[in-house]
Amino acid sequence: MSAKGSEQIKASPVIKCESVYKIFGLNATKMLSGANGNVDAEEFQKAGCVVGVNNASFELFEGEMLVVMGLSGSGKSTLLRCISRLTTATSGKISINGSDLLSMGNKELIELRRNKMGMVFQSFALLPHKTVLENIAFPLQIKGNSTTESVARAMEMVNLVGLSGRENYFPRELSGGQQQRVGIARSLAVEPDIWFLDEPFSALDPLIRKEMQDEFLRLQGVLNKTILFVTHDFDEALRLADRIAIMKDGIIEQLDTPANIVLSPATEYVRKFTEDVPREKVLKIESIMNPIKDKDQLGDLRVSKDSLIESVAESVLSQAALVGVVDNSGEIVGSLDHLKVIKVLFGDKNNKN
Amino acid sequence: MIQPKIEKKYNTKAIQLLITVVIFLLLYFLIKPSENNFLWRLPPLIAGLPFLINDFVSYLMYDFMPIEIYDPDIDDFEDSPIIKEITRSISSAVLFCIQVIREVLVGGVKTIVTFTSWDFVRDNEWAYWPGLPWTFVCSATMLLGFILQGVRLASLAGLATLYIAIFGQWEPAMQTVSLVLIAAPVSFLIGLTFGVLAFKSTKMEAILTPLLNVAQTMPQFSYLVPAMVFFGVGDHAGAIATIIFATPPMIRLTLLGLKKVPPEVIESGLMSGCNDLQLMFRVLIPTARRDILIGVNQVIMQCLAMAVIASFIGAKGLGFNLLLALNSLKVGKALELGICIVLIAVVLDKLSLAWADKQVDYFSKSDFLSRHWYKILLIGLLFFWSVVAYIGGFFFKEGFNYLYIIPHNKGITTEHFWQAGVDWILDTFFFSLKAFSDFLIINVLIPIKNAYLGMPVAATFVLVMSVGYIIGGFQSAIVVGGFLLFIALTEWWDRALITAYMTTFGVVISAIIGITVGSLCAQSSFASKTILLVCDTFQTFPSFIYLIPVIMLFGVTDTSVLTAVIVYATIPATRYTVEGLRSVPVALHDAASMSGVNKLQRWVKIELPMAFPHIMLGVNQTIVFALFMVIIGALIGTDDLGQYILKALSDKNGIGNGLSLGLCVAFIGLAADHLIRTWAREKKKELGL
Repeated sequence: MSAKGSEQIKASPVIKCESVYKIFGLNATKMLSGANGNVDAEEFQKAGCVVGVNNASFELFEGEMLVVMGLSGSGKSTLLRCISRLTTATSGKISINGSDLLSMGNKELIELRRNKMGMVFQSFALLPHKTVLENIAFPLQIKGNSTTESVARAMEMVNLVGLSGRENYFPRELSGGQQQRVGIARSLAVEPDIWFLDEPFSALDPLIRKEMQDEFLRLQGVLNKTILFVTHDFDEALRLADRIAIMKDGIIEQLDTPANIVLSPATEYVRKFTEDVPREKVLKIESIMNPIKDKDQLGDLRVSKDSLIESVAESVLSQAALVGVVDNSGEIVGSLDHLKVIKVLFGDKNNKN
Repeated sequence: MIQPKIEKKYNTKAIQLLITVVIFLLLYFLIKPSENNFLWRLPPLIAGLPFLINDFVSYLMYDFMPIEIYDPDIDDFEDSPIIKEITRSISSAVLFCIQVIREVLVGGVKTIVTFTSWDFVRDNEWAYWPGLPWTFVCSATMLLGFILQGVRLASLAGLATLYIAIFGQWEPAMQTVSLVLIAAPVSFLIGLTFGVLAFKSTKMEAILTPLLNVAQTMPQFSYLVPAMVFFGVGDHAGAIATIIFATPPMIRLTLLGLKKVPPEVIESGLMSGCNDLQLMFRVLIPTARRDILIGVNQVIMQCLAMAVIASFIGAKGLGFNLLLALNSLKVGKALELGICIVLIAVVLDKLSLAWADKQVDYFSKSDFLSRHWYKILLIGLLFFWSVVAYIGGFFFKEGFNYLYIIPHNKGITTEHFWQAGVDWILDTFFFSLKAFSDFLIINVLIPIKNAYLGMPVAATFVLVMSVGYIIGGFQSAIVVGGFLLFIALTEWWDRALITAYMTTFGVVISAIIGITVGSLCAQSSFASKTILLVCDTFQTFPSFIYLIPVIMLFGVTDTSVLTAVIVYATIPATRYTVEGLRSVPVALHDAASMSGVNKLQRWVKIELPMAFPHIMLGVNQTIVFALFMVIIGALIGTDDLGQYILKALSDKNGIGNGLSLGLCVAFIGLAADHLIRTWAREKKKELGL
């Protein structure tokens, strides 16, 4: 979770989408060129076409994690598959590290996938006839690496995802969570720059899901990949994302940081998602602190401006005095009074009723 | 709101059916039987089709595209049609392969002759391949069984080979095995290739599907005539007929398996950077491994069934001996041979299934001995048994080395015992069996047969096409009508009616028995498992094996054929009933129990309706099985299409008749298949399955 801030503007994006459309159906291309960019899903449906992705444009920078959130049929998986070119976008422009994905030949595409991309699937998609180790070594062997080299690297990955001792198991002998660890290890085996995850934790039990999310955050902390993560779970999106794109009927309704999405939903649809989200889970102290009037008024407690309200609320409320807010270098940048915290914790709900 | 609507729909269908039956009966009684009445019989407009086929084939074989071929006998070039040259080279290639395996197993000189000459073999007495001692083959199969599965398979394989050896059937059995060992791998490769092609291109699939449908409903006999015409007579022709017959199920199962591979697995392969070949051979085929290996198993079964029927066109082996025994009514002998075939079928079946279940152990200990122990053991065994056989050569003075091979007339035989048994049964029950058979023939079969033959062609069309319309709408009516029209326009309409009568009779009884037994067994999981095992075992028997015991009981009559049909065709009906009933969700059982139903109510109101579409697919299989058996029944004398196909075999210009008759049988099967499948699909959709 690295907020890049001002750097984003300078660096060139790893993934860049410009008005990407994906329409399924026989005369999709004709319909699209006739529509002049204004695609109406219902109109297309009458003509026998299904709109998968409708005018998606965004940029994704190195080390950033974009979570695409939407309900089933919203086109989120289709968008992901357009960018990995598992399906070919009907129109638009997709660049990966500056090179045009849609004009790539088969060879270039295979090269790109062998070296730059990794993908994790909802149903794990492990090869049933191969062991854990062989599954993880598979992309390396496809690439043409020697067996000893592949196995050594695969063994590193087994250890990285915490499956040591189970490398000779078959997928059917593993639990769902363990299978997805294999999927994750396989997708990371070639050390890709871009990591696609298609609802990786949706098929798992809630407790396992939480554990896997923690594991995922740990991995990302170590590896710092550029990530496109698809989920239908808004809480998951809030937990993991640097930025969230909310999709509905193929359209990206809003693309912003978790805090901005919760605080200022762009559309009615987004607001419905956010209204039940506990604010303290997304908002950082920074967003509710007051400017300092007098440093002497502050009590002894100091909290970081980057911590979530939830994580410090209890200690803040147990203090009688004002709490000081500090930045990364320990400099005091603001103060926090109880009322603001209480308002975040309870306020909104009372207003609503 | 929905409930009354369904009720109404059901009623319209019932009324439609009723009207159909009434019209059918009216036509049945009103149309006068007369050769000139087209409502009674259609003129045989395509009776010339067989001649057309004959002419076409002889053009292909004798005149089409002559090329110059060097003939060493006259030391000059000679014109020869290209097709003939192609089939000739295929023939010799196949024959060579069969001979190599055959001589490895039982010895001979032909392989050596191929590489040298007859003169060389004559001049050098040592130039004779001795063949493997049966004791070695027996222990090697045991070893294979042990490696693939364990002690149980090892003992089964050991006992089976032992039986074959000591009953003196070693040589013919190994001849059959050599044919199967060539035909099965070739079928597998062709099947896999076409399955992959059909998966890759929808056009290919669209072309293959109707061909596969016809191929899988054509009776085995129909494959013999074309094989004979194109490839001559002998083991190679038998093997080629076998390959053509055994390939369609392999294509189908490969395609099925590949289609079942989850899209995400394919995507994961693509994202791992697979190119097309890598995707096919390292992702798709291994993932579809299970279905593909079921295909292998099917291929082996079909090969063995066909290897015996192929004896009609000169394939050596058990089938040939069995045919002789059946023709001379040596039931005891036939039974022994039948058991040999069944044993080979069962052993090959179990070995291939065990191979399917075997997961390769990539991470075994890596020292030389533990990796190669079975190879070392195999060489040891070969050495040991060769020495034993050599020493045995001194021991058995009268010329037969029992430790090397047991000749056919020196083995143990139980023939006399069986023959005595048959005699005893006939002596004791002759009158009751005969009375039963006569009663059945006179009071049941002949009236039904006459009723079928008395059907005016117009009435048949009305009945079949209306049923088609009721089940699947206009399209289905046209499809089944088309199948029927082909048969009606040949000169064998009456024969087809007889085939239809025997098949319907067999199917009705089989379905009743199968559904009853299946329903009873489905009530307990133990009984279900047992009955499925029984079905599995019976299904490995090649079809004509069933003819042996029925001849014992009823002699050469229609009763025999129909008994065999019923026994054989009951297997799928039972199996699908059990499977269908067992797959009704447990939650539904619980829901029913909580509504307070008793067992019978549950069966009638819940299980049966839910499982009925699946059961009907079983009935569909029953029809195909029954049809095949009726045709094979020609061996013990019938007067339907099968008998005419059999006649075509001994006719020089038989290919036209053989193929057209085969198509007639296939079209009967396909019409029934189409109706039942369409119905089951609609019903499943209705039930939301």
